[in-house]
Amino acid sequence: MAKKVAMVHGSGGQATGELIDQIFAAEFKDQTLDEMEDSALVPGAGRLALTTDSFVVTPVKFRGGDIGRLAVCGTVNDLLMRGAKPMYLTCGWILEEGTDIDLVREMAHSMAETAREAGIRIVAGDTKVIDGSIGDRTAGDAAGKFDGGILINTAGVGFVSNDINISARNACPGDAILVSGTMGDHHAAILSERMSIQTDIESDNAPLTDIVSRLVSSGLHIHTLRDITRGGLGTVLKELAESSGRTYVIEQERIPVTPKVQDFCSLLGLDPLYMGNEGKLVCILPEEEAKQALEIIRSAKYGAGAVRIGEVREAGKGEETEPGSLIMRTEIGGERLLDVLQGEGLPRIC
Amino acid sequence: MQKEVLEAIKKYLKEYDGPELRIMEVCGSHTGAIAKYGIPQLLSDRIHLISGPGCPVCVAPSSYIDRMIELSLRPDVVVTTFGDLLRVPGSRESLSEAKGRGAKAKMVYSPFDTIDLAKKDPDHTYIFAALGFETTAPVYALMAKQVLEDKIPNVKLLTAIKTMPRVIETLMDSGAPINAFLAPGHVSVVTGSRIWKPLADKYGIPFSVAGFKGTEILEALYGIAKWTKSQADRKEAAKEQETQADRKEAVKKQEIQTEVPSQPFHPGSRVMNFYPSVVREDGNVDARSLVSEVFEPVSAVWRGIGEIDGSGLALKGRYQFLDAGSRDLREDIQKNRACRCGEVLSGKIPPTACPLHGKVCTPLTPQGACMVSPEGNCRTWFENGRRK
Repeated sequence: MAKKVAMVHGSGGQATGELIDQIFAAEFKDQTLDEMEDSALVPGAGRLALTTDSFVVTPVKFRGGDIGRLAVCGTVNDLLMRGAKPMYLTCGWILEEGTDIDLVREMAHSMAETAREAGIRIVAGDTKVIDGSIGDRTAGDAAGKFDGGILINTAGVGFVSNDINISARNACPGDAILVSGTMGDHHAAILSERMSIQTDIESDNAPLTDIVSRLVSSGLHIHTLRDITRGGLGTVLKELAESSGRTYVIEQERIPVTPKVQDFCSLLGLDPLYMGNEGKLVCILPEEEAKQALEIIRSAKYGAGAVRIGEVREAGKGEETEPGSLIMRTEIGGERLLDVLQGEGLPRIC
Repeated sequence: MQKEVLEAIKKYLKEYDGPELRIMEVCGSHTGAIAKYGIPQLLSDRIHLISGPGCPVCVAPSSYIDRMIELSLRPDVVVTTFGDLLRVPGSRESLSEAKGRGAKAKMVYSPFDTIDLAKKDPDHTYIFAALGFETTAPVYALMAKQVLEDKIPNVKLLTAIKTMPRVIETLMDSGAPINAFLAPGHVSVVTGSRIWKPLADKYGIPFSVAGFKGTEILEALYGIAKWTKSQADRKEAAKEQETQADRKEAVKKQEIQTEVPSQPFHPGSRVMNFYPSVVREDGNVDARSLVSEVFEPVSAVWRGIGEIDGSGLALKGRYQFLDAGSRDLREDIQKNRACRCGEVLSGKIPPTACPLHGKVCTPLTPQGACMVSPEGNCRTWFENGRRK
């Protein structure tokens, strides 16, 4: 097979067939996918969770992960946040002419491994080849370096049993706010790659299947789950506060950030509160169940760093009383009213 | 800092009952830290924190942005900038908007990236937008030296480098009701803390050099409050000695004084260094000599404040040919005439007093530079819900 992706791989003919058979079908190894029908026929359930997400990260490989893994985690985690059991995944690959075939295979391999880890089957897919310049880096130290143009869209289906009701609207006064680990790791890893800053910060991209399945089967009254992705914890909590119409209060000192990420942020004038993750979640549930939930999350894969960071209050009490307020008590005892991330979260200039 | 010490400082600042204090910070990082640590709520109602002209992007006049856009539209030019400059409005548009009609601009993370880009692309001239204060000037000086020494033919600088002392003088001379300064920590690393002494003497007010942690800022504010209170007490005690008639007169005078906010109590000259781990009295001599080798003081226009003699730095002598036209950028026109950036920057009004703030002017739809930069007064206040 060719060493580079060429326009002919998008022709729909022989070359496309080779690409699909030798890479995607070989890596994904799924009975339903192997039928190569126009659509996959799979068993269903009473309530389905459906979601889709597109992945355009550059570089496609970064410390701690790659676009193949990310494309599974992003979609699987979105299913999990409604309490769903992830079942089926579809993937659409858009490849740029000139991309190394070996890189495509590596990303497909990573996607397949992550799907197995996450407990989801890849049952349908598509490939297209385009004449583009996404992989052609034009800024920063890596200017002019071609590091592969791969874009991926995934869609996921999960089954949700009828007794589960997890939603952003469900948070109640008196609930505890938990996070499953440290903030900002993925964002810092990607930024340090882009800026060619030597760090050993690793992305936390991971499927949260183990954490969520343990929580859901524990019988605890989980009100809200949300994965902390773009925009970071600050944005996610503000959106949750608004959806629920409550006031959220968090303690700065309790928000977990690794010293490496903290240093990286200080250096660039970034705020870890607004740095994205790809393998962390917020869990909101009654205060009296918080301790048990923390133990469950900590014993699950990717949940070792779980902590309680704050609480949900009735709007209309305390100083900042509007429904949907997110207040952070600072380490010196001041209060900061947080909003969603504004703009692009770029490094400061001096 | 020990918890007991912090608690004692917080208690003092919350219960402070000395003369009204109007303390200006002239560093964007301080403005950010004050909001992020929630410091205003920790202070007595008699202590007001006023954000000043501490963000280099914000104080650049519109003609600087216009010039940058004009250059970026030339076929043989690529402008390189830090990210937050792209969206700053000039008199008509921002560089980001100009990209829609062919402006070539690249974001860099270090000025030296410009040199790398230029080496790989000899067909274009790369012009770096060098904005900053005393803090970043040494880095730009290093960059200019490297361009000259390596004989790189296609790199130039469009500079907007400003220095602090003269703008503080201008604000005070204009009668700004300010009676203390939180002196910028990073600038002081280069200039040394003693640069504030002549200003402290001239206006009889304290300058407190502060770091950027919440505790460091509180400590510096405590220094100001304590000094002001002790001076007021001393003056009060002196008055006790006066005759009954004189005393009545003096009390009357003081009453009048407190009624007129433009004349706050000036407690007396004092420079305090609460950032001694990195700030020395004489600063970084090497960095300053590097700057004076490459740059010379020039008159500069500050957005909304006006032209101030000797408040800017421009490439000089054998470095001057690297200048992409930074001198004589005088014009300063707001895109939105209702924007009150100038009054915000000079501490005349808080950002929340601008009628555009949080309405038509937000970080996503900025009407003035102060809402664009992460260090800008308006953006910092807006994002952190700061109200006082």
